[in-house]
Amino acid sequence: MDILFFHITATFYFFATIVYIGYLLTHREGFAKAGGYMVYGGFVAHTITIVSRWFEAGRTPAATMHESLTFFAWLSILLYIVLSYRYRVMVLGAFVAPFALFLLITASFLPKEIVPLAPVLESYWLPVHVGLAFLGNAFFAMACIFGIMYLIQERYLKSRKIRGLYFVLPSLEILDELNYRCLTYGFPLLTLAIITGAIWSEYAFGTYWFWGARQIWSLITWFLYAALLHGRLTTGWRGRKSAIFSVAAFVVLLGSFLLINFIIGGAHGLLG
Amino acid sequence: MNIVTVGLNHRTAPVEIRERFAFREDELPQALKRLVAHHNINEAVIISTCNRVEVIGVVHDMEKGVWEIKRFLSEYHGIPYEEIKDHLYVFTGEDSVRHLFRVACGLDSMVMGEPQILGQVKDAYGVSVQSDTAGTVINKLFHKAFSVAKRVRTETRIGASSVSVSSVAVELAKKIFGELTGRTVMLIGAGEMAELSARSLLGAGVKEIIIANRTYERAVELAKEFKGRAIMFREFPHYLKYTDIVIASTGSPKFIIRPEDVAGVMKERRHCPMFFIDIAVPRNIDPLVNNIDNAYVFDIDDLQGVVEANLKERMKEAEQAELIVNEEIEGFYRWVKSLDVVPTIIALQRRLDEIRRAELEKALGQLKDLSEKDRKVLEAMTQAIVKKILHRPVSCIKKEAHSVEGDTFIEAVIKLFGLEEEDIIKKAREGGGK
Repeated sequence: MDILFFHITATFYFFATIVYIGYLLTHREGFAKAGGYMVYGGFVAHTITIVSRWFEAGRTPAATMHESLTFFAWLSILLYIVLSYRYRVMVLGAFVAPFALFLLITASFLPKEIVPLAPVLESYWLPVHVGLAFLGNAFFAMACIFGIMYLIQERYLKSRKIRGLYFVLPSLEILDELNYRCLTYGFPLLTLAIITGAIWSEYAFGTYWFWGARQIWSLITWFLYAALLHGRLTTGWRGRKSAIFSVAAFVVLLGSFLLINFIIGGAHGLLG
Repeated sequence: MNIVTVGLNHRTAPVEIRERFAFREDELPQALKRLVAHHNINEAVIISTCNRVEVIGVVHDMEKGVWEIKRFLSEYHGIPYEEIKDHLYVFTGEDSVRHLFRVACGLDSMVMGEPQILGQVKDAYGVSVQSDTAGTVINKLFHKAFSVAKRVRTETRIGASSVSVSSVAVELAKKIFGELTGRTVMLIGAGEMAELSARSLLGAGVKEIIIANRTYERAVELAKEFKGRAIMFREFPHYLKYTDIVIASTGSPKFIIRPEDVAGVMKERRHCPMFFIDIAVPRNIDPLVNNIDNAYVFDIDDLQGVVEANLKERMKEAEQAELIVNEEIEGFYRWVKSLDVVPTIIALQRRLDEIRRAELEKALGQLKDLSEKDRKVLEAMTQAIVKKILHRPVSCIKKEAHSVEGDTFIEAVIKLFGLEEEDIIKKAREGGGK
């Protein structure tokens, strides 16, 4: 059943993306609203996908790569919905919907079978660790998206050629502010994810830390975002620099996540 | 009853012609009264702005009505018809309605989508109402035009982007800073354009204005007006770090703000964005300043470029607006048809005939021993009575239908005989207005 809803979800996001492209081209708010409704529809199907997978697998549905990407996309959309209630940035969906679609398409090429989890790994720390890690990543994804939007809008203003997305993108100030907010939420979440991961590791393997590829890369990511936040807070990094850095850091994050998992397979190469 | 428009605008007539045709506000009532004194003209409105002079008339005979308006325009202003005929345009019927709707929406304006014209159309209508030259049709037509204009404003983005240099400056500032409350502006030099932009920025919520001018007295004067702060001209570089928006318009032949100045200021400001508006020619701000992170420089040509880009955006929205106009015309026309005299007369005849038949049947039911011939006589007699009764009212409505009071007559007949229920009237009225 989860696979059926997985496809329904992807279809919703696909049409949302198409409608949002219409919005970007015509600037008509009706398109943005329609796109928003399709994302909501997709989110409902997405939630059913995850819940039914949880029941079918009998464990946290984030053990295989397919599950992880689906879960990550779900958290990103959830965060988008929260953000769009809090701030009226209509155009945000036009960036988030294709991002979620990209994650789901990638997931659809991966083995969808439910694989059992080694009993030593099943612990209450698993959902906590995975939830924190992916929520943190979702905030970083948003920071990256706000960064991209900032860079586009800045380009229009710097080149003094006013057209296209200039009309629908919000002000640089707001984009910079949202980029910063997302970083300040994402970073503590990532920190907690690393800590809970270590605790879980202690339960499962009797050691808090071993220098696996995943551990090394999450540490690198942690340092990248620490440097970015430090730059913002102390030396007045803002705007363009922060935008470029958050895009780059997210590329590293996503790239290492995908690569490690493709090469080693499964989350951390330990499960399944 | 026909709606016609005769007029000229910025596209068909140069200003030398337009100014001779303009009506002063105080002469409008009398001009309107002269218009409706014409045999064929029942109702009239005159729209007279700097870009257009138009007479919208409700006329009895279309061709004669149009000619009467043309002659009126020529005679009133004392300009031979030959001289103006090439500048005049004429719209009749549906085209006339469409034209008025488009004018009210700003779709026919020099600056596409500008909102002032709606106010001017409202004023013109108001004068017509006061002068008693607006009847049922003009009332309905103009109220419809106002509601179409409102719909276009809310459903399209035709008025969303700015199309003047000073409002573009505000719009750009908002795209950089978000809200402008709490921001500081510095005027360097005090030209008219700079003043205008400063005024718009103040309107958008800017907190403080600093004014630097070579003549200090002028700076003080402006500072008083804007509740700002005047500083000595040579001191302006010290104030840059407190300034978010700089408007430069001095007559200096050299750049007065250079990249190295701004780079230093940026550090002190912790890289908070700065927006430089350079409306001086020759330019006051080195364009290389734009290469510094978080500094944005727009010169007068750039601002003009934005104005044009926004106009293009408005053109796109105008297409949408035209669709709305077309939709509303249909609705309006269904209403106009209902006012036509024919359905009313048919309905009236039917109503009376129904009564006649019902009563005749009742009577015949009691007079059972009548021959076929007697029945026919009775039938013919009742028909003749109805016909005779109807003769005067019908010919009267037919005649009066096209006069100023015509619609009142039709409305009266419909009310007096309770014809609202009749299908033919209902059908004619369906969808016509609210």
